Amino acid sequence: MFGKLDWSAIPIDEPIPLFAAAVVLVAILAVLIWAGLRGHYPYLWHEWITSVDHKRIGVMYVLLAMVMLLRGGTDAIMMRAQQAIAFHSQGYLPPEHFNQIFSAHGTIMIFFVGMPFVIGLMNLIVPLQLGVRDVAFPTLNSVGFWLTSTGALLVNISLVIGEFARTGWLAFPPLSELAYSPSVGVDYYAWSLIISGVGTLIAGINLVTTVLKLRTKGMSYLRMPMFCWTTLASNLLIIAAFPILTATLVMLVLDRYLGFHFFTNEAGGNVMMFMNLIWAWGHPEVYILVLPAFGIFSEVVSTFSGKPLFGYRSMVLATMAICIISFMVWLHHFFTMGAGPDVNAIFGIASMIIAVPTGVKIYNWLFTMFGGRIRFATPMMWSIGFMVTFIIGGLTGVLLAVPPADFLLHNSLFLVAHFHNVIIGGVLFGAFAGYTYWFPKAFGFRLHEGLGKAAFWLSFIGFYVTFIPLYAAGMLGMTRRMQHYDVAAWRPWMIAAGIGTVIMSAGIIVQILQLAVSIRRRDALRDATGDPWDGRSLEWATSSPPPVFNFAIMPNVAGNEAYWMMKAVAKQQTLKTRETDYRDIEMPRNSPTGFVCAFFATVMGFALIWHIWWMVIAGFIGAFATFVIFAWRDHDEYVIPAQEVARIDHIHLAERGAAINLAGSPA
Amino acid sequence: MTDATLSYEYGDPHHLGGLVSAASAQGPAPKRIVTAYGFWIFLLSDIVMFSCFFAAYAVLLGQTAGGPSGSQLFNLGNVAAETAFLLLSSFTCGLASIAADTRNGRWYQAGMAATALLGLCFLALEAREFSDLVARGAGPTRSAFLSAFFTLVGCHGLHVSAGILWLLTMMAQVFAKGFRADILRRQLCFALFWHALDIIWVAIFSVVYLVGSGT
Repeated sequence: MFGKLDWSAIPIDEPIPLFAAAVVLVAILAVLIWAGLRGHYPYLWHEWITSVDHKRIGVMYVLLAMVMLLRGGTDAIMMRAQQAIAFHSQGYLPPEHFNQIFSAHGTIMIFFVGMPFVIGLMNLIVPLQLGVRDVAFPTLNSVGFWLTSTGALLVNISLVIGEFARTGWLAFPPLSELAYSPSVGVDYYAWSLIISGVGTLIAGINLVTTVLKLRTKGMSYLRMPMFCWTTLASNLLIIAAFPILTATLVMLVLDRYLGFHFFTNEAGGNVMMFMNLIWAWGHPEVYILVLPAFGIFSEVVSTFSGKPLFGYRSMVLATMAICIISFMVWLHHFFTMGAGPDVNAIFGIASMIIAVPTGVKIYNWLFTMFGGRIRFATPMMWSIGFMVTFIIGGLTGVLLAVPPADFLLHNSLFLVAHFHNVIIGGVLFGAFAGYTYWFPKAFGFRLHEGLGKAAFWLSFIGFYVTFIPLYAAGMLGMTRRMQHYDVAAWRPWMIAAGIGTVIMSAGIIVQILQLAVSIRRRDALRDATGDPWDGRSLEWATSSPPPVFNFAIMPNVAGNEAYWMMKAVAKQQTLKTRETDYRDIEMPRNSPTGFVCAFFATVMGFALIWHIWWMVIAGFIGAFATFVIFAWRDHDEYVIPAQEVARIDHIHLAERGAAINLAGSPA
Repeated sequence: MTDATLSYEYGDPHHLGGLVSAASAQGPAPKRIVTAYGFWIFLLSDIVMFSCFFAAYAVLLGQTAGGPSGSQLFNLGNVAAETAFLLLSSFTCGLASIAADTRNGRWYQAGMAATALLGLCFLALEAREFSDLVARGAGPTRSAFLSAFFTLVGCHGLHVSAGILWLLTMMAQVFAKGFRADILRRQLCFALFWHALDIIWVAIFSVVYLVGSGT
């Protein structure tokens, strides 16, 4: 009846996961009860869960990323604490639990923190920057988000029911094959990534179509803000790379479920084929994450330097060059495979070449700042912190791209330090920069500046205290993923890294505090102008938060930096909108399709993990029925009449006018 | 939104000139173009997924683990019949698309029914081939080569099955609601999907069966 599932799946004898799960469950129940008592359910259902508004979906993506950041961060604290104390001892985490933690940490941080964070910001901002009312496929957008949540949910269910993979975040065979990992851990891993991968692919298709096909009048390719360009590049990579991940995981699943021989040791299976396939996805994935961050830094650096982005066209070229070259370097993840000096040399050189466009970008940001009137607001702090950190991470990366050096450093903590250096310094700092930069746009009030700076400094210093010691330990020969060790020379570095983790955690706590304080003081931090940072692109041309239709009148773009030009014109002559310019607006209707679909995907995923076949079939029928019902509805759009549009716009214009007069300076 | 007027506002979208003008700075493209464009991108991603299975097949082609190889297993006559069914189904799918363009319900239903029938014939032949192989002890668990073969060809077969489910839904929709603009957009996507399956089949025919028979 219930496949492999029985009461032994609940880890009653393991206090740590059980306690963690209890805390999470209590927190979820508390939130649910609180929302129920306050009568928020109808609001949540109608305004958020079924919303197909790209801004709402973007906010939900970012929220998911932040919640999962806490989970992944807790894993990180546990690992660093373990290694700080596990010298000549077993520490407090048994090996099988430690292995689950590092696997979950990597999986969660990449798939359920990094991805939803950047996809959320792209969803929120790109249609606004393009001057349009929505993304290309609003309902699919909602489906994509909820499927990503399904993946995250399944990973977290593994905490309570069964266990997670012990194989590392990429589940290399033959370890991940049934013979060596007979438990459900790898199945949790594979199914949650296959399901969330479908969600990511949907987001990718949606955003590429949006950028290429939906732009307001006059918004030609070379007038798009840099963030739109990096969004395009990143989502093209999603479309080209995520199917590889899906295919690879499907092969692994077939090996495990039906006894196929893709990656087994027996019957001609080829383990190295898995390495090649997974990294043909894995390396572009790095750029899927970091390219949007590059776009965020471009927007932030230009805005807070009060200058147009230096070398816009070279930036576009560099972005697209990275987009292509990122598919030509995957083999540098396993130089030690033994492909021979010629193959290794080619991939080593390609890996060094990809550093060139990245270097172009760094110089462009520096020259954008050069001679500018720089305001050191929090987003700008994250951006400068990024530049310093990312250069160090990039340089150690070029070092690792030298095959002979890589043979020594392969799978050492030096490598771990390197990729945290680029991913935290690049993606996470970028995500935080984007979060503080666009928060007022999404919610209509700014985040507390002082606490933001404190969070930045704690994270920045904490990062270096954590990861520079890992470089040293790696040079001393310490390999990654060690549950305990006996080498005295490594110990001081592990303790230092542990202290760094404490500082970084303080940074996260301050950031939570910042959010709480900002919500309490939202009236004082209110952004009535819609343009709190003196921005240069179209997202600042509308109110904060924007109305559901984004722009009362679709903007007409006449050059680069659309909003900056509008402001320049408005200083010379008052731009008046005529009443006749307002038109009826058609907007897509909200739909529970995404949520219902994800519900069935969760049922199906869980059933597949536990081999409950009747439930798999039920889930599939449910998902198919959902789509048919969605396709059957007669009214998928509603109309906002012109008077209503005019009324909303007049309120915004009045507020903006009052705010500008109050400040005593012309916009 | 009446789609005939809107869809060709920027000229024929299937010609480069049409694409350029729609992609330039004249504002958002009409829905029909946006939908079809997005679906094209989905098809590209699907082809990337297939290419992984093709790559796996190419890598594992010789890994028969002492079991039977392609030349001992493949029956090219059967494959030719499968190919004929699938290509014919693409033709009838094209007829159905033309019927949809001219809003001819009867011919549309006939064309789609013929497509479904031919697709089912294809699936029946494939199922027979698979069960025959399993019966001869050449199932997917026999060797890495057979794992790759069953996965690649089976993945295409699953796509055809999903396509038939979609096709039946389309027939029901047109029957119940007529040629509404959003249904016509879906029909356009379905036609693209069905033709793409043909393209993938041509690759399977060449790479899997023809090259595989030589081993």
